[in-house]
Amino acid sequence: MASVCFYFQVHQPLRLRHYTVFDQGDRYFDDEKNAAICRKVANKCYLPANRLMLDLIRRFNGRFRIAYSITGVALEQFEAYAPEVMSTFEALARTGCVEFLAETYYHSLSSLYCRNEFLQQVQSQIEAVEYYFGQKPRIFRNTELIYNNDIAAAVHSTGAFDAILAEGADHVLNGSSPNFVYRAGGCDNLRLLLKNYSLSDDIAFRFSDRNWSQWPLTAEKFARWIDAVNGNGNVVNLFMDYETFGEHQWADTGIFSFLRHLPEKVLEHPDNDFKTPGEVVGAYEPAGTIDVPHLTSWADTERDLSAWLGNPMQSNAAYELYRLEKQVKACTDEGILSDWRRLQTSDHFYYMCTKYFADGDVHKYFNPYDSPYDSYMNFMNVLGNLSRRCSQSLRSAANAAEPAAIPA
Amino acid sequence: MKVLMLGWEFPPFISGGLGTACYGLTRAMSCLDVEIIFVLPKVVDSAYTTHVKLLSPTPIDAEPAVAQGRRAAVTLRHIDSPLKPYCTVSSYEKHIEQIHAWNQDFAGGREHDTGFGGDYAGDMYSEVQRYADLVTELASGEQFDLIHAHDWMTYPAAMAAADMSGKPLVAHIHSTEFDRSGENVNQAIYDIERAGFYRADRIIAVSHFTRNIVLNRYAVTGDKVEVAHNGVDNNGGLFAASCSAATAKTVLFLGRITMQKGPEYFLMAAKKVLEVLGDVRFIMVGSGDMLNRSIELAAGLGIGGRVSFTGFLRGRQVEDIYRMADLCVMPSVSEPFGIVPLEALCNDIPVIISKQSGVSEVIRHALKVDFWDVDEMANKIIGVLRHRPLQVTLRNYGNCEARKLRWADTARKCVQVYRQVLAGS
Repeated sequence: MASVCFYFQVHQPLRLRHYTVFDQGDRYFDDEKNAAICRKVANKCYLPANRLMLDLIRRFNGRFRIAYSITGVALEQFEAYAPEVMSTFEALARTGCVEFLAETYYHSLSSLYCRNEFLQQVQSQIEAVEYYFGQKPRIFRNTELIYNNDIAAAVHSTGAFDAILAEGADHVLNGSSPNFVYRAGGCDNLRLLLKNYSLSDDIAFRFSDRNWSQWPLTAEKFARWIDAVNGNGNVVNLFMDYETFGEHQWADTGIFSFLRHLPEKVLEHPDNDFKTPGEVVGAYEPAGTIDVPHLTSWADTERDLSAWLGNPMQSNAAYELYRLEKQVKACTDEGILSDWRRLQTSDHFYYMCTKYFADGDVHKYFNPYDSPYDSYMNFMNVLGNLSRRCSQSLRSAANAAEPAAIPA
Repeated sequence: MKVLMLGWEFPPFISGGLGTACYGLTRAMSCLDVEIIFVLPKVVDSAYTTHVKLLSPTPIDAEPAVAQGRRAAVTLRHIDSPLKPYCTVSSYEKHIEQIHAWNQDFAGGREHDTGFGGDYAGDMYSEVQRYADLVTELASGEQFDLIHAHDWMTYPAAMAAADMSGKPLVAHIHSTEFDRSGENVNQAIYDIERAGFYRADRIIAVSHFTRNIVLNRYAVTGDKVEVAHNGVDNNGGLFAASCSAATAKTVLFLGRITMQKGPEYFLMAAKKVLEVLGDVRFIMVGSGDMLNRSIELAAGLGIGGRVSFTGFLRGRQVEDIYRMADLCVMPSVSEPFGIVPLEALCNDIPVIISKQSGVSEVIRHALKVDFWDVDEMANKIIGVLRHRPLQVTLRNYGNCEARKLRWADTARKCVQVYRQVLAGS
């Protein structure tokens, strides 16, 4: 039995506007740009892909089952800028064949810096999923699949989750196969689902690469690879960015056509089926425990944290940001708290990455800045203003609290 | 392959990128299989010319160069002429007057001594023509396969030598009249530049930025113009001491103080920076026709106390300045290439460069800004001075990047053009 477990990541950051040292206002985010991008991606990806998924779910009468994780900040933007996207996701929820996962509401790196903040953001996300889709998520994935034993422990401590997702990186697997369910190291009651990066990336990255030995990838060919897992594993975890469908891989590559034919081809083999992550955990016993002491992620070839924290600018920006936590929370100003949280979205740090800057590749297309240096400066200018707002707010609160001196 | 190259003075008598470029290029070429007869308008007495053979300081000397039994790849020929790069009509006149003044001082009745200014023409254009005649005479006694000329003052000489010898001509363009004078081009110089471009078999531009100017403003066809980016002779001494934390932050402007380099934008940005960060000082290194105006502008902006003008510096003095600097800004209005940012990076200084420059095509680890955008320039200066991680990352990556831009690659491209030209003719 090989269960295909699809999980699609849906996220859009709130991008900053151009903010110089001379700017004073507290409007940090570029609403026009964010709206424009949201609508563009909706047309190229979310709408056609959602409609295709709905169609496939209906056609296969419940045998085609998938999962999504949609960040809180993305949900906010869909509500504001692309309500049609919202309604298609709601329709997907109503089919009963779609599972929604939990993550941090702000797609943040808070799991690395502030445990409490991390848990608060997870709670916010749970509430959002319940509100929009009427589901209580039982499966967790951390931002960019950043994972290690400690993060598993933190997630486990909430008591709210049955399983957590992670990258099936070679140094994590250590010879094991990602095609089984595992126990998270140190947390006997938390299951671990590992991404099969080879097959996932075949779709997400290599699909349109004409230099790839397996190009062109047809649904038939891929279904054969799935079949090959039978006897060697229980599940094929295909975890990827939803923008694969239409944005990373444009429609003219044939990606939608591939997806349209895939369920049929997979289901031709009677031993195959589709399961959501929750169903996978319920169906299969763990094959062992996977111990991950060091942090891993699903990013780049290194599968580590270097994409967000690899250079001095990135680590400095993150440090300065999280240093403000106490002050921000002492402010009791919703606007300040919300802005501070929106600054935590990992994309802001991703834009500061210098790793491939000289080669100017994928990192650049989706980067709203000319250079990582510009993004760092912009972020720090905004952070500076936020910090000043905080101090001002605390000062006026202190002044208000002091009783006026009563002349004797 | 033997090349007759018409170029400009080597270090330490540098006044701008042209001399640096010639030095770097010939040094790199001497490692390739190309012999060069390098003709330039003055005697160079310098400890830097290890790869060339110096000849005795008389006009048009035709001694073959032999160094330790082996024929040096580059033979230096000088021609007694006061031409300097970036001459203008008025600067030439001043120079001539100065020479005559020197002669007055040292005169007496010296006849045959080289002295100065024996046959020099009184005005720039005539001198350019006279230089052309002398070069042609020199060339008639030489064997070479092609001619390679650097910038407009050598073009008449190159064209004359090409006519006389029948050999093909490669015109190298380091800066155009439009770079130097904006829209108020000197018609005579423009005409000479254009004549050189038309007569040349191929043109080498130092950047796409310059190539575009050649195509758009001189009506040259695209297939005639190649791009060979300049390099940098690096190893700026020992690593700079870690960013000076104790002393005031220092921002550097290094280059000729002339319209093309945008000194007024530097000063206006400085003013904006000082409104936000008090303890910063700005140093302008160089001299030029806008020096006095710049000093007045600084005073007028009320920042005179924060801006220093060092005048022209060279060698060790420049290195010392680099050691003090936190940041180097090149706000050029129109910069065909711009070697200064590369030298700064090799000295571990992060740079902010104008987008209107050739060097911005080859460097990614630098902050870039439109020269007129004084607000953004100030924003970026403050960003670097305020945030040490930004400064450190920029200079580390920038340093690596600059070191990869070698004259060897420029030389190789030039040789490629030589081969194409020779194959064609």
